Amino acid sequence: MTSKTGVPLLFEISSPGRRGYRLPELDVPEVPVDELIPTEYLRQQEAELPEVSELEVVRHFTQLSRLNHGVDVDFYPLGSCTMKYNPRVNEDMASLPGFTAIHPYQPEETVQGALELMYNLGTYLAELSGLHSATLQPAAGAHGELTGLWIIKAYHEANGEGHRNEIIVPDSAHGTNPASAMMANYKVVEVPSDERGGVDVAALRKLVGPKTAGLMLTNPNTLGLFDENICAIAEIVHEAGGLLYYDGANANALMGIVKPGHTGFDVVHYNLHKTFSTPHGGGGPGSGPIVVSEKLAPFLPWPVVAKEDGRYVLKRPEKSIGRVKSFYGHFSVLVRAYAYIRSHGAEGLRQVSEAAVVNANYLMHHLKSLYHLPYDRHCKHEFVLSGKLQKEQHGVRTLDIAKRLLDYGVHAPTIYFPLNVDEALMIEPTETETKETLDAFIAAMRRIAEEAENDPESLKSAPHYTPVRRLDEARAARQPILRWKKE
Amino acid sequence: MRYIPMTDQDREAMLASMGLSSTEELFADIPEHLRTAGGLDLPPALSEAELIRHMKALASKNTNLEDTISFMGGGAYDHLIPAIVKHLISRGEFLTAYTPYQAEISQGVLQSIFEYQTLIAELTGMEAANASMYDGATALAEAALMACNATRRNVVVLPDNLHPEWQEVCELYLKNQDVEIKYLPYLEGAGTIDHEALQSLDEKTIACVVVQQPNFFGLVEDVDPISEFVHSAGGLLVMAVDPISLGLLKSPGEYGADIVVGDGQSLGNTMSFGGPSLGFFATTGKLVRRMPGRIVGETVDADGRRGFVLTLQTREQHIRREKATSNICSNQALNALAAAIYLSVLGKEGFKEVAYHCLQKTAYLRRRLSEATPFKEKFTAPAFREFVVTGPVDWEAVNEALLKDGFLGGLPLKRFGMADAALFAVTEARTKDEIDRLVELLGGMS
Repeated sequence: MTSKTGVPLLFEISSPGRRGYRLPELDVPEVPVDELIPTEYLRQQEAELPEVSELEVVRHFTQLSRLNHGVDVDFYPLGSCTMKYNPRVNEDMASLPGFTAIHPYQPEETVQGALELMYNLGTYLAELSGLHSATLQPAAGAHGELTGLWIIKAYHEANGEGHRNEIIVPDSAHGTNPASAMMANYKVVEVPSDERGGVDVAALRKLVGPKTAGLMLTNPNTLGLFDENICAIAEIVHEAGGLLYYDGANANALMGIVKPGHTGFDVVHYNLHKTFSTPHGGGGPGSGPIVVSEKLAPFLPWPVVAKEDGRYVLKRPEKSIGRVKSFYGHFSVLVRAYAYIRSHGAEGLRQVSEAAVVNANYLMHHLKSLYHLPYDRHCKHEFVLSGKLQKEQHGVRTLDIAKRLLDYGVHAPTIYFPLNVDEALMIEPTETETKETLDAFIAAMRRIAEEAENDPESLKSAPHYTPVRRLDEARAARQPILRWKKE
Repeated sequence: MRYIPMTDQDREAMLASMGLSSTEELFADIPEHLRTAGGLDLPPALSEAELIRHMKALASKNTNLEDTISFMGGGAYDHLIPAIVKHLISRGEFLTAYTPYQAEISQGVLQSIFEYQTLIAELTGMEAANASMYDGATALAEAALMACNATRRNVVVLPDNLHPEWQEVCELYLKNQDVEIKYLPYLEGAGTIDHEALQSLDEKTIACVVVQQPNFFGLVEDVDPISEFVHSAGGLLVMAVDPISLGLLKSPGEYGADIVVGDGQSLGNTMSFGGPSLGFFATTGKLVRRMPGRIVGETVDADGRRGFVLTLQTREQHIRREKATSNICSNQALNALAAAIYLSVLGKEGFKEVAYHCLQKTAYLRRRLSEATPFKEKFTAPAFREFVVTGPVDWEAVNEALLKDGFLGGLPLKRFGMADAALFAVTEARTKDEIDRLVELLGGMS
């Protein structure tokens, strides 16, 4: 039972001999195991899996689910994560046996529907990005970044410019950008932001040179601001011989409004689990397809789907960098994203972005009198507040504000990011929320601002009404307990 | 649009409250010449009913393996999946949450990952596991990189009988980090790693030796001599294991492995044309802080109650940026949840039975093929759930013929340079009758 002590671990309710699932009777003649596999290859120490009934498993995970917040439960304005509604019909579509029960090595003739879907999804993403061709293989946004950087590297090497070993990232970039550059063996060079929150163009000019392989940028950036200097930025990087990488985490702002490829980007990744509504699943699976310009297309990972004489085939691009994962990508995530695009069409996707931007500006406008707004200009799909007034005046930190929001039944915004804003609160409402939900959030944030003034202690000890109270993270890291162990 | 609740009145009221008269004003900072003129070229929007019709038509162009009987493996397997898996992972509280950044309202995901980590640690016989990687192949590449960092060496030894796609993924990850890959040949008769070839390696440079167990051909490797060799060389033993086999075969922990990875599709996840699955990743206590990816740990709350949090985060990209152990952020949480539910409901005995049934049914097909067809097994080492069959036929043509009778045959190895061979897999989902019919059909084709 759910109680003060929480939900017990399955291992703690295990009872010897109890079974949860029955296999069919073994219907082939049995051979002694040691005639098939030498005894020294067999397991001696058995795995301590729980012994529980089916109902116990169902109750256990149902009880756990009730301790969890999701978009289905309530508002989830987690900046940069685009926690929009995940349409249920897309779940049904991804569950069709024609999509779930297919083997990646089946003959191409027997998976024409899957290949057609992938081919068309690639075409749609190319249209949205204004670029040439796509790979659907990357497993997540960070994996798309890594794939894009490998392509950039292969391109420079093919041009005899393998000495280009620097990737420039803004100080406001997602942490995955520099980490991906590291994985591709690049040196990371950081460019500061200017006073309007965009890339400091003068600083960028000084940073580029013969070692520049490329620049990674998200636009709108992590402050939710459209970088008006994007054309100048692209020109500086291209003139230095570098390429532009677009981190598509924030693409929900610009569908049908701006094509990243038309603003100078050479490689774009999309997070299907953000912009195209595939569920985040408690941390994944995501999907991070990338789209590239024509000159980079020969370097795409293989296989890619091509159309030849009306049938769909898997091909290896001429100078392919290789494979970035097994098989062809997160296919069932692709099915959901495809269904989402087909449900919206061109006009629908533009409306998605417009509504996302209206919602974000509405929240920003009504919160800026309560919390410091470091960049006071129209935002796109998200914006960043600073808790510095509350910290300076009342000793209340952004962490306290975030924890108190949990008491009001909403998920907290992304906090302490981007790094170039003190005590940051990054808020992204998405287009699928009602005005009433936004108004309730504004009211909660107003109450919290008042509490910071009148009753700061109640914030510092928040949350008060959640399944557990504030957790001791320092202890978890100091004395790591990473698993249950049989006593 | 059906998922945008904003009415015209809402929009007007919201804009008016901001002192604006049109949405367009919010986009005024985007230069006109950068705007998408004329809209996007995409097919028209479909209603829900139209979408369902369209998607069903697409799905029906695929031959699905609920209606067709599969003997294909090679990294994706048709195992039984208990009905509760889909029901439980479809709960919105799990499905529509993200990475548990706010632990107080994410105990469901956090505790289930803690349980998943425990289950993987138990299966592999290792001290600790992370919350998941993208798939087996990328998990192996990251394991090799971790071994290089832990040993400060840069030679990774891969066996030739490692899954060819995993080899390719490792090559891409490793060559971009200036790591040298050396390949170990396998014995032509046995199909397992040639241990004598280990002696030709320069011991001082070896970061790790990788063993896939069972190997790509489905054969069980003799790991002890490799473990002894690599450890005396000061390197690490990295094992890439099939999780189902761990219900029967000696665990990596019992072999003294330092890092263990594998693909978890078999654990309650559908094949879905190859993804998403999950990569599992386990290691020793000593190496825990070098692991990539999310890790959940146990702690207490302000009232002293047990709770779970993301921990050891100073390894990760959002804190360490370019100094992180990996760039991984999103992982395969929902697939890991499916694996945890699968392993829990199968339980201690049920899980062992799955492995036992796979072994017995595979052995039955091997025996029947040798009795009733002229096809031969290519290798002599013990096989678990897969084995290679050879014969002077075009295996792709064989498969085309089998499909007409409702069977998906073994994986033709032509694509991997072995034109006369096919890799057959037999899971617990196959029946004696299905195996007998396959043998009969193959007997008529030789």
